[in-house]
Amino acid sequence: MEGTLFLFVITMVYLFITGYLGYLGYRNTKTATDYMVAGRNAHPVVMALSYGATFISTSAIVGFGGAAGMFGMSVLWLTVLNISVGIFIAFVFLGKRTRAMGHRLNAHTFPELVGRRFDSKFLGLFSALVIIIFMPLYTSVVLMGAAKFIEVRLSISYEAALLFFSAIVALYVIMGGLKGVMYTDAAQGGIMLVGMAAILFLSYYKLGGIQSAHEQLTALAPEAVSVFGKAGHQGWTSMPEFGSRFWWIVISTLVMGVGIGVLAQPQLAVRFMTVKSNMELNRAVMVGGVFILLMTGTAFTVGALSNVYFFNESGQIAFFATNKDIEQIIPEFLKRFMPFWMSDIFFVTLMAAAMSTASGQFHVMGTSVGRDLFDAFGKNLSSNASILVTRLGILITLIASVLLAYILPVFFESGIAIVARGTAIFMGLCAATFLPMYVGGLYTKRITKSAAIWGGLAGFIVSLLWILFVHEKESSVLLACNALFGRPSFFGETRTGFILWSEVDALFIGLPVSVVITVVLSCITKSLPLEHLKRCFGAG
Amino acid sequence: MEGDVMYLGIADFWVFLAYVLCIGSAVLCVLYGLINWNRNGGEITPEDVTWAKEEDKLSEEL
Repeated sequence: MEGTLFLFVITMVYLFITGYLGYLGYRNTKTATDYMVAGRNAHPVVMALSYGATFISTSAIVGFGGAAGMFGMSVLWLTVLNISVGIFIAFVFLGKRTRAMGHRLNAHTFPELVGRRFDSKFLGLFSALVIIIFMPLYTSVVLMGAAKFIEVRLSISYEAALLFFSAIVALYVIMGGLKGVMYTDAAQGGIMLVGMAAILFLSYYKLGGIQSAHEQLTALAPEAVSVFGKAGHQGWTSMPEFGSRFWWIVISTLVMGVGIGVLAQPQLAVRFMTVKSNMELNRAVMVGGVFILLMTGTAFTVGALSNVYFFNESGQIAFFATNKDIEQIIPEFLKRFMPFWMSDIFFVTLMAAAMSTASGQFHVMGTSVGRDLFDAFGKNLSSNASILVTRLGILITLIASVLLAYILPVFFESGIAIVARGTAIFMGLCAATFLPMYVGGLYTKRITKSAAIWGGLAGFIVSLLWILFVHEKESSVLLACNALFGRPSFFGETRTGFILWSEVDALFIGLPVSVVITVVLSCITKSLPLEHLKRCFGAG
Repeated sequence: MEGDVMYLGIADFWVFLAYVLCIGSAVLCVLYGLINWNRNGGEITPEDVTWAKEEDKLSEEL
């Protein structure tokens, strides 16, 4: 088959380039930190593209793009937050301080940063455990996003696709992908940029331009209302009805959960520390903003527009054309309506996105096991033993992630945007647990050790309880609520005004609780010694 | 929304606003990057170098 041969050739070319750049980087040790040691400048575009590649994963493109195919262009609010919060606020207001404090405290991982900032071994250990236990969930949906695409493109089973892709990622990680060689990440970012820009252009072009494409999508509104009207859908170019089930899913889980949650992502916070100077952060804001616009903006717009394509061809909306498998909307759209070479370039784009994100995740999980967990227990391991423990940690988290990617689709009913939700759960949990102590720890000397510990614990526990007993899409599958109360969600269909409790995301409850406890306890408990605070914040 | 009022083919003003703000926030990022292109550069402290050396050792172990 001509198409398969092309796919094989460009995949090989891509893997060769990745391998070659990795080798070059390895030989010349062009990692981010080399620039700091050698005092040279990295090219700002190279730097920013490598950031972008770590930010955006298959989850964003296939998972959230598919969600846009179901919920519509209202998901674009997430792009607004991705750029204004995930790039601008994160880089300008958190990045510079994270870098400075991380270097002052000689912290190399997120648990180490918060642990040293609040002079608490417990906090370091607790953060490491949250990462080790819950990050495999996020990694699994990143793998799932890519596997879903391979499943459609090669017409093979999901399980075979997952195994194939996991093997590639494992090989990449083993071959040194964790070193974060900047040119490799940047090449991956560059491929993603070109691939997504081309897809956006073609999708609009084939429907007669931007206005015409949107008008055709708007005209399909009755189809959306007839299927999802009860849940609050009002068409793919309209917001869901205020207070409806869909409104809560889009606003509280997809937009806020991920849009805010991204601020407290351990693997991204660590990236700020590897930057040579604040100048690089300023420059990265520029490329990062455009990069995210082209990635998520394209995925969400094309995901929504796919309904026009599917409907014109088969009289079915995207949701039904893909048998209610939301993650297949983007892959099916590309397979059916884009030239085969475009679909294959997208495949390479996805591979680049998954590999760069997954390597960042495995880096964080590996160091959490090797450095944070074992060091916190005070075990003075020999260097060799420490390396062994770290590698074992990576292997275990890799296996856990792949297993989860196998299991999740079995337990969750189809049609619930599992990849997007898995991402949202992890990010929401991170935000509720880490955001107050992280942001507070960077900005004010007044947050006390007890406040950071209890605030983080409270946010974490409340979020977890909310997921187990209230947020119905998860609680109904996890069965704890059913076992204790005999119903899938504690609140069922209970409403208070416009609040539909069973659809309110855990972040909305966990984060305020965490913030309040952190603030209140900071007012009534003993602050950290002045000497320690000087070490954290510098002499000024 | 009233069926007749459309913004760039989009039925709902709030979705149109998201569409515009996506582009607007990206433009803001570009302007910020351009204005601060050469600001806060250069100064590498001994702390930075110590940190970077240990980071290299750590990533080598991975």
